[in-house]
Amino acid sequence: MSVPFYVPPEQLTKEKAEFARKGIARGRPLVVLEYRGGILFVAENPSTHLHKVAELYDRIAFCAVGRFSEFENLRQAGVRLADIRGYAYGREDVTSRSIANAYSQTLGQIFVQEFKPYEVELCVAEVGAEGAPNAMYHVVFDGNVFDRKSFLAMGGQSDELNTALQRAYDEDMELDGALQLAVRVLREAAPAGEAGNSRLETAVLERDRPRRSFRRLTQEDVAARAGEPAS
Amino acid sequence: MRNPFEGPKLFSPSFVDALRAYAPELLELRAAGAGAVPEVPHGTTVAAVVFADGVAMGGDRRATEGMTIAQRDIEKVFPADDFSAVAIAGAAGPAIEMVRLFQTELEHYEKIEGFPLSLEGKANKLGQMVRGNLPLAMQGLVVLPLFCGYDARRQAGRIFRYDVTGGRWEDADFHATGSGGRDARGSLKKRWRADIDGDSAVEILVEALYDAADEDAATGGPDLVRGIFPVVATVTAQGYRRMPDEELRKAAERLVAARAQEGS
Repeated sequence: MSVPFYVPPEQLTKEKAEFARKGIARGRPLVVLEYRGGILFVAENPSTHLHKVAELYDRIAFCAVGRFSEFENLRQAGVRLADIRGYAYGREDVTSRSIANAYSQTLGQIFVQEFKPYEVELCVAEVGAEGAPNAMYHVVFDGNVFDRKSFLAMGGQSDELNTALQRAYDEDMELDGALQLAVRVLREAAPAGEAGNSRLETAVLERDRPRRSFRRLTQEDVAARAGEPAS
Repeated sequence: MRNPFEGPKLFSPSFVDALRAYAPELLELRAAGAGAVPEVPHGTTVAAVVFADGVAMGGDRRATEGMTIAQRDIEKVFPADDFSAVAIAGAAGPAIEMVRLFQTELEHYEKIEGFPLSLEGKANKLGQMVRGNLPLAMQGLVVLPLFCGYDARRQAGRIFRYDVTGGRWEDADFHATGSGGRDARGSLKKRWRADIDGDSAVEILVEALYDAADEDAATGGPDLVRGIFPVVATVTAQGYRRMPDEELRKAAERLVAARAQEGS
């Protein structure tokens, strides 16, 4: 067996992080927005079958950007974790906090131990029941978790998107308003030539929906609410 | 429980497979040694009928433990998911656990795959679970579910029944199982017609359960004193709907009044 060259951990970590960041920035963006009646997810996604936003449990959803094979793997493990917990204990014992923690542990471990870190960034969002506040955990490629409020943009052009959202966000928005804002910032941030023609994957966690609160919005629904032609 | 993020890689969309891989202790079903089976609560009569827009399913409210009444207001009809229902007869403990596992199984598949199982697929999956219960059934803890749902492809309601080995049969019209099942079937046989509407389906189900309670000591009839009535739910293209208690009360009261007038 050959003896590997010594690489200082600082340099290794920096290079891995740079690699992951680049991979994530190449992908298409996704925004998460809290509105009065719940949480909205809008992702640029050309595929109708490969989802970036998905249901984890009754009031909890998952969304991610980056490499599909990697976050799909994480999504499925999250569904398994949630369903096993809910079956072993009770439905209300499944929380976004514990799922986000599991994602953090996993991504952190992969970042440190594996040759190639995961090029993914994800968000576990939970809509609060009976007036309880929502939760949005933003988990990044090295396992760091950020507790977000109001809105969050991930993937390509995420800095521009976050700035644009910061400027226009209003916590009293209804679903239509939130959808219009999300569509507008995504269209504005799209690189020239791509603007306005990418398919949007849209879903919501609805606060007042009993039990499973996750629902996908159709292209027609989005077009009607956001006031623009269906793509 | 093992960590699903690290444990063995799993390619199955099945929740039972996930349990087997990550939390096998939750599936453990060790057959006890030979000997007397302890007395446990048993659910009794459940029935289902196909009608024009879907299918209706009902169950009485009694659980018995030998010769005593274990519970007066047990529920035996459950939503399996948005477009199917499952009703249980037999040993209540394992039966309710089977329903919980089945509900999670359907939801898990839908979340992992992104779309729900076909009605046929759901019916087969339940058959596998009944078969898995065979060791307990051999000791007297028999669980016999009745499954029904709305088949979106055929645009019709369908009913499936099971035997202890997991054998699965489809009934095109109606079926009833449990200790009063035979009496309920007899009643349904006289009252069921092809293309009956939803209201009539509910009505003949309530009547069949009444007839079963009339003949079978383990089946509970409408309890006018305590206000406990048989549960009926319907599954149509609009989804699962449990009839509100108020409607169930009215249906039971109408029937009791009619029977009082007939004197039978």
